[in-house]
Amino acid sequence: MTARRLDAAGVIDRARALQFSWDGRPLTGFVGDTLASALLANNVRIVGRSFKYHRPRGIFGAWAEEPNAIVDVENGDSQEPDARATVVELREGMAARGVNARPDVAHDRYAAIDWLHRFLPAGFYYKTFFPDWHRYEPRIRAMAGLGRVATTPDARRFETRSAACDLLVVGAGAAGLAAARAASGAGLSVILADDRIAPGGSLRWRDGMIDDQPAAAWAAATAEALAAQGVRVMPHTTVFGAYDHTTFGLLERRSTAAVGWSEDRLWHVRARRAVLATGAIERPLVFPDNDRPGVMSADAVLQYLRLYAVLPGTRAVVATNNDSAYAVAVALRLAGAEVTIAEARADIPPAARAAFDRDIRVLAGSTVLGVIGRDGVRMVDLGPADARSAREATLRVAADLVAISGGWSPAVHLHSQSGGKLRWDAATAAFVPVAPRPDHDLAGGADLAAALVSGHEAGCAAARMLDRACTLAPPRAEPTAPQAAPRALWRVPIRGARQWVDLQNDVTTRDIALAARENYSSVEHLKRYTTLGMATDQGKTSNVNGLAVLAEETGRAIAEVGTTTFRPPYTPVTLGAVAGMRHGALYSPWRRLPAHAEHVALDADMRDYGSWFRPACYPRTGETVPQAIRREAMAVRGGVGVFDGSSLGKIMVCGADAAQFLNIVYYTEIANLKPGHIRYALLLRETGVVQDDGVVARLAPDRYLLSPSSSHTQSVLAHLEAWRQTECPTLRVAMHDVTAAWATFVVAGPRSRDILAPLTDIDLSPSALPHMALSQGRICGVAGRIARVSFSGERSYEVSVRSGYAVAMWRRLLQAGTAHGITPYGVESASLLRAEKGYILIGVDTDGLTLPGDLGMSSPLRTKQVDFVGRRSLLMPDARRPDRRQFIGLLPEDASDVPAVGAHAVTRGQDGRLRSIGWVTSACHSPALDRSIALGMVERGRGLAQAGAELELFHLGRVSRARACPPMFYDPAGTRLHD
Amino acid sequence: MLLIPCPWCGPRDEPEFTYGGEPAVRPGPAADISDAQWGGYLYMRGNDKGPHREIWCHSFGCGQWFVLERDTVTHAIFSARKP
Amino acid sequence: MRYSSLSLLRQGLTGHASWPAAWRSPALAQSYDAVIIGGGGHGLAAAYYLAKLHGLKRVAVLEKGWLGGGNTGRNTTIVRSNYFFPESVALYDFALRLYEGLSEELNFNIMLSQRGMINLAHSDHDMEVMTRAVNAMLINGIDVELLDPAQVRAELPLANFSPGARYPIHGGYVQRRGGIARHDAVAWGFARAADALGVDIVQNCEVLGFLIENGLVTGLETSRGRVSAGAVGMSPSGHSGVLAAKAGFRLPITSYALQAMVSEPVKPVLHTVAASWATGMYVSQSDKGELVFGAGLDLYPSYAQRGNLPTTQAIVAAVLEIFPAFRRLKMLRQWAGIVDVPWDYSPILGPSPVGNLYLNCGWGTGGFKATPAGGWLLAHAVATGRHHPISAPFDLARFDSAALIDEAAGAGIAH
Repeated sequence: MTARRLDAAGVIDRARALQFSWDGRPLTGFVGDTLASALLANNVRIVGRSFKYHRPRGIFGAWAEEPNAIVDVENGDSQEPDARATVVELREGMAARGVNARPDVAHDRYAAIDWLHRFLPAGFYYKTFFPDWHRYEPRIRAMAGLGRVATTPDARRFETRSAACDLLVVGAGAAGLAAARAASGAGLSVILADDRIAPGGSLRWRDGMIDDQPAAAWAAATAEALAAQGVRVMPHTTVFGAYDHTTFGLLERRSTAAVGWSEDRLWHVRARRAVLATGAIERPLVFPDNDRPGVMSADAVLQYLRLYAVLPGTRAVVATNNDSAYAVAVALRLAGAEVTIAEARADIPPAARAAFDRDIRVLAGSTVLGVIGRDGVRMVDLGPADARSAREATLRVAADLVAISGGWSPAVHLHSQSGGKLRWDAATAAFVPVAPRPDHDLAGGADLAAALVSGHEAGCAAARMLDRACTLAPPRAEPTAPQAAPRALWRVPIRGARQWVDLQNDVTTRDIALAARENYSSVEHLKRYTTLGMATDQGKTSNVNGLAVLAEETGRAIAEVGTTTFRPPYTPVTLGAVAGMRHGALYSPWRRLPAHAEHVALDADMRDYGSWFRPACYPRTGETVPQAIRREAMAVRGGVGVFDGSSLGKIMVCGADAAQFLNIVYYTEIANLKPGHIRYALLLRETGVVQDDGVVARLAPDRYLLSPSSSHTQSVLAHLEAWRQTECPTLRVAMHDVTAAWATFVVAGPRSRDILAPLTDIDLSPSALPHMALSQGRICGVAGRIARVSFSGERSYEVSVRSGYAVAMWRRLLQAGTAHGITPYGVESASLLRAEKGYILIGVDTDGLTLPGDLGMSSPLRTKQVDFVGRRSLLMPDARRPDRRQFIGLLPEDASDVPAVGAHAVTRGQDGRLRSIGWVTSACHSPALDRSIALGMVERGRGLAQAGAELELFHLGRVSRARACPPMFYDPAGTRLHD
Repeated sequence: MLLIPCPWCGPRDEPEFTYGGEPAVRPGPAADISDAQWGGYLYMRGNDKGPHREIWCHSFGCGQWFVLERDTVTHAIFSARKP
Repeated sequence: MRYSSLSLLRQGLTGHASWPAAWRSPALAQSYDAVIIGGGGHGLAAAYYLAKLHGLKRVAVLEKGWLGGGNTGRNTTIVRSNYFFPESVALYDFALRLYEGLSEELNFNIMLSQRGMINLAHSDHDMEVMTRAVNAMLINGIDVELLDPAQVRAELPLANFSPGARYPIHGGYVQRRGGIARHDAVAWGFARAADALGVDIVQNCEVLGFLIENGLVTGLETSRGRVSAGAVGMSPSGHSGVLAAKAGFRLPITSYALQAMVSEPVKPVLHTVAASWATGMYVSQSDKGELVFGAGLDLYPSYAQRGNLPTTQAIVAAVLEIFPAFRRLKMLRQWAGIVDVPWDYSPILGPSPVGNLYLNCGWGTGGFKATPAGGWLLAHAVATGRHHPISAPFDLARFDSAALIDEAAGAGIAH
C-alpha cells in the first residue's frame, strides 16, 4: 500500500505536527487530522478486525458511517473504548489501539477462525452448543466484544443544557445553510447543528460555485454571517434523536482547542419547527471479498484527498453504479493516481466526460468480481455486473485502492424516528422521506442547485408557518447537467462467493439467503437472526443493501420488505454525556440539618436516612457504634439527652375548614382535638394501607401543625393537596411545608425539664404542659414552641425555633445541660428507645401492605362517622381476614442473642416444610431490660402474644426461639411519659 | 419531551409535572357499595389506546391538578383544563 | 431437521442449502380448537404446550406484527425467581425450571446463562429489607445468598466502592440460578417447536373483535377474516387493555413505555446481572459484549414504543451512579416496550369475565422471565377451563377482595 500525504491542500495545519501512537508505534499527524486521516497518511492499512471472522479491515469511510476502524483511544487521563477513528480528532500524545485482536490487528492469531467460516453461518449458535451452553459461553464471551473499558475513574466532564428556538436546522450542508439563511433572514431564531467539525457538509470537499464563490468558501462565509446575525451555529454537534413535541437531543463535542479538555454536552432543544437537511450516506457496492483493506467508500476517498490531503492509494479502481464517483476518479487522477473506472451501467453516462478528459479508462457494464490480497488490495478482477461466475472476469488490474459507490441513501433517521414515512423510490434506488410530521420540513437534493433551492424553500416554509415573511433571494448555483439514473445493483450474482453486506458484524449475502431460507423473512427477523445493522455503525452503510438482498431472496419488492424501525441515537452517544451532571450529590441531593456542622464537629456518624444526612450516633474516641448507641440510650433513660429532630416534617394546615378536612384525610379522629393539644394519628392511602404516622398539633381553632416522618413529608403534602383539590375543593383550607423554616430539638429524659425550664417563659409544669400538649413562647429569648411529646418513653420536650437559630439553640442546650450530663443522641439511639416502647417506624415495622388494624388501631373504623380516606378498603374481605399479620413483640429465648431484622417466624407443615408466618421488623439489645428484644409482624400475632406463644425464628438456615408478647417492653403504664 | 399546557402557567416541560392517573368518581357512602364496586374504583382502568383523559399535577410549578386530554400513541395533547 | 453440531457440520460442507424453514407461513384456517392471541414468547409457548401436553391438534397463534416482536424482543433478557411471596416463587421458579431444560426441550439454544443476579443494598435498612427477602426465599426453596460488601466487590469490582459514593454498597444478595437468556431465541425456539407440532402461526394478523354468544367466546374477527375457536387465550402484553375493551371488560392495568438500551460491545467487564433497588437500575453484559440496561418506567401511560429523553437520562444516570467506569461507554441503541402494569405488579392469569376466554397478562416489567410458565399455565387454562394451582392466586377476582400479591409492598420497597 502506498497511501501518502500530499504536499498541499486540505484543512490540516501543517505547521502544527502532532505526535501520536498506533498500537504502540509512534506516528505523526497534524492539527486538523482525524485519527483515521493520520493513520492513512502514515500508510497504516489494517486498522481493525471483523467481529466474527477476524478478517483484516482497513478504513472504509470518513465519518460516522465507518464500520471498520473501531479503536480504543487514550488521551491523557481519559479513555474511550470503541471510538471510530474517522470521527476522533487527533491530539498530541493520543494513544490508539486496534481492538478485538491478539497480539494486534496486524497480526491477529484469531484470524484462523476465518478458515472455519463455513461452519459459522448466521445464527449457528442457535443450532449447537446445547445442552452445555454454560461450558461454551465463557469462551465465546471472551472472544466477543470489541474494545476494553478502562477501570480507572473517567476524568471527562459532561454537562446538560437546554435551548429553545423557532427553528432547528439539522445539517449545515448546502440545504441546511440555505434553510437557516432564509429563516434567520425572516426573523426566526435559529439553531443550526451539524455533526462535522465545520459547517458546509459536502460543500467542503465537492466542487461547485455558489453565488459566484467556490462552494467551500460560500459555506464558511455563510456560516460566519449567520452566526454574526444571531443564529446559534453548532458544528461538531450531532442531533441524535427526535422526541415528542419537537424536542431534539443534541450531542455537542467541544474541541480541545476551544476548551482545553474534552467536554461533551447534551442539549435538549425545544424548537417550534425543524428543517431536516441531513444529507445522504453513500452505500457500498457488494461483491466478492469487498471487505479487503483498501476497499473504500468513494466519497470518503474524496474527503481524505480534499480535507486531509491524503491520497489513500496510487493505483485505484473506482467502481460505481451512479454519477457521483466520477468526481472522485478525477480527483484521484489529479492527485497522481492511476485510475480505472468500472461503471455498472451499460451506458456510459454524460458525467464520464470529465474522466475521459483525463484519459481515465471507463469500463461500461462492469463491476468488481473479485479482490486479491488478504491484508490489502493487490489486484482487482473486473467483469460484467451480471456475472454468475468469477471466471467471467475480463480484466485483472493491479490496484491498491478500490473506491466504490453503490448509490446514496438519504439519512432519514430523524424523520423516521419522529414518525415520518418512507417511500421506496426506484428512480434513485433509495428510501426517500415522505409525509414529514407537520412541524418538520425536509430539505436536500443530489444536485447542488436543487439542494440550495430546497433548503431555501424549507426555511421560508418554516417562516411562513410562524407568520414571518421570507424576503431573501435563494443562493444560486449553476444548474448541472441532469444525472443519469443509477443502476440498482445489490450484489454480484456469483453463487457461493462471500460478499459482505455488514462489514463489522460479518454478515454476508449468504447469511441473508440463509435467513430467508429458514423463513426469518420479516426484516426485523433478518436483523436479529443475522445481526445485520446491529454493529456500532448501526447499519448506516449496510441496511439498504441488506434488505434489498432479502427482497431478492424472498421474491418480494424492496418496498414490500420495508425497513427496520429507526430509533435514537443516530450515532452512539457517550453515556457520561447522557447522564450529564447527574451524579453523586447531583444525582440525588442530600438534605442537611440546619445544625449540620455542629454534628460533624461532634464526630457524629452521619448517614443517609431517606436523603436526610443525619447523625446515627456520636461515638466517642475508642467507642464502637453499638457502644455509643447504648450509652446514648442509657443517658436518655437515666438523665437527659438531646436529639436533632429538625428533619421531622412540619406541614401547616390553616383555614376555617381545616378540622373538617383533616378528619377526612386522617384515619384518626382529629376534629375533636382541642387547641394546644397534640394527637398521634395515622394517615392511610385510599387502599387502606398505612401511609404515614405522626403527631397532629392544633395550634388554634383554624391552624394545625402536622409532623409527618422525615422522608415522607413531601409525599404526604402531595397526597393531602391532591385530596384537597380533587375531592374537597369547596373546603376552606390551605397548607404548606414549613419543615425547613424550623429547627427542632428534642430534650428527653427525667432531667429534661430541669434544663429547659430556666431557658423559657413557657410553663413546663405537668399541669400547664402535660404530655401531648403544646405551648408557644420564648426560648432563650427567641420565639418558638415547646411540644411535650415523646418517642422515647421518657419525659420529653420538642423545642422548635426558627431554623436560623438552630446552631445557637443547639449550643445553648448543650451548654445548659452540661451540669446534668446532657448527651447528644442520634437516630439509631432514638430508634432503640422507641423499640423498647414498641412505637412503630413507618417503612421499618410497616410495609406497603400494613393496615391500621394490623397495628392494633382499629377504633376509628368503628367510631368515626365520615368516609375518611381508605375507609371502604378496610371493609374488603382481605382486610378482614383473621390470619392477617399483626404487630407484636418478641422476646428471644436466648436473652443475649439479638435476632436478625428480617428473620422469619416459621411453622412446620406435616411434611416438615417451613412456612413463613411473618418476620422480625426491629431488634436490639435493650439496655433498659438488659436483654434482647424484637418487634415483628406475625400472622394472628395478637392472639399469640396474649398466649405468650413460643415461635421459631428462621435466619439463613438457622432456627432460634422467641416468645410472643405485646409490643411494649418498657414502662407499659406510661408513668414516665406523664411524669 | 412533552410540552404540557398548564391551565394556570402555560406550556412547560414534562419534568415539571406528575402524572396522576385517570379521573375517577369516588363511590360512596362506604356502607352502601359492594366490594366489587370499590375494587373497580380502586383498581380498574380504561387504559385507552389513543385519546385518553387523565389528571396531572404541575408539581414543580403552581402545584395545581388539572385534566389533560392526551393521545397515548402519538402523545399529542388536545386540551388541558381546570377541574 | 434436528439442530446439532453434527447437522451444522454437515450443512457447512454443503453450503447450508437444505436447512428447512424454522416455521411455516400458513394461511388462517376457518376454525381451530384453540386460538392464542399474541405471538410473543408467552403466546407461542402456550400454543406449544397445548399441542405438546394437551394433545390439541388444531391450534393457531395470531400475531398482529412479526412473531417475537413485542416485549419478547424488547426486554433486558433477565431471568430469575428471587421473589418474596410463596405464590410468586411458585410461579417464577416454575418458569426458571422450565427454562433450565428449554434448549433441549425445544432443540434450540436459548443461551440460558445462569451467571447469577446480584441485588445491591445501599444502607443498613436496605440490608434489613434484603435479609427479610432472602429468608423468605430460603424458606420457599430458592437459591439465594446474602453477600457482605467484600463479597459484592469480588463479583462486581467496577461498582462504586469509593468512600464518597452517593449510594455506598452495604452488601447485597445473589441468586446464582438467575441470569440471562437470549430473548429472540426463546420466541423462535417455541415457534419452531410449536410449528413442528402443527400449530399455525399466523403473522400480520390482528384481532379486531371477539365473537361472543351467550357470554361465551366462539371466535374472532381478524384482519385476515373471521375464525371460530373452541377456546381463546390472550397473551397480548402491553395491549391487554385494548383487547379486554374489545371483549367488553376492564382490567386493573395501565400501559407504560419501559425503556431499555445497550452500549457498544466491549470485552467482558460484568459477569453477573447487577441491580440496585435504590436507583432502580439493572444491567448485564450480553454475550456479544454490549451492556444491556434499564431502570424505571416512563412517567405516564403510553402505547408509543419509544420513550422520552428525560427518562433515558435518568436511567443512564442510575447505571453510572453504581458503575461510574461505564461513563466512557457509548449508548448504541435505545428502545421501549409497552408494558401492562397491573395495580399490584403481579400477573393476571386464568379465566376472564367472558367464558372460554383466558387471560395471560399484566406481566408488567417482568414478563420475559416467566415466559415458559406463562405459556404453560395459559395452555392449562385453555385446555381444561380451570386454573392450575400455581395460577389460581393470580386470578382477576383478587381485585374484588383486595387479596393482592404486591411484591414491592411486601418486600418493603414501596416505602
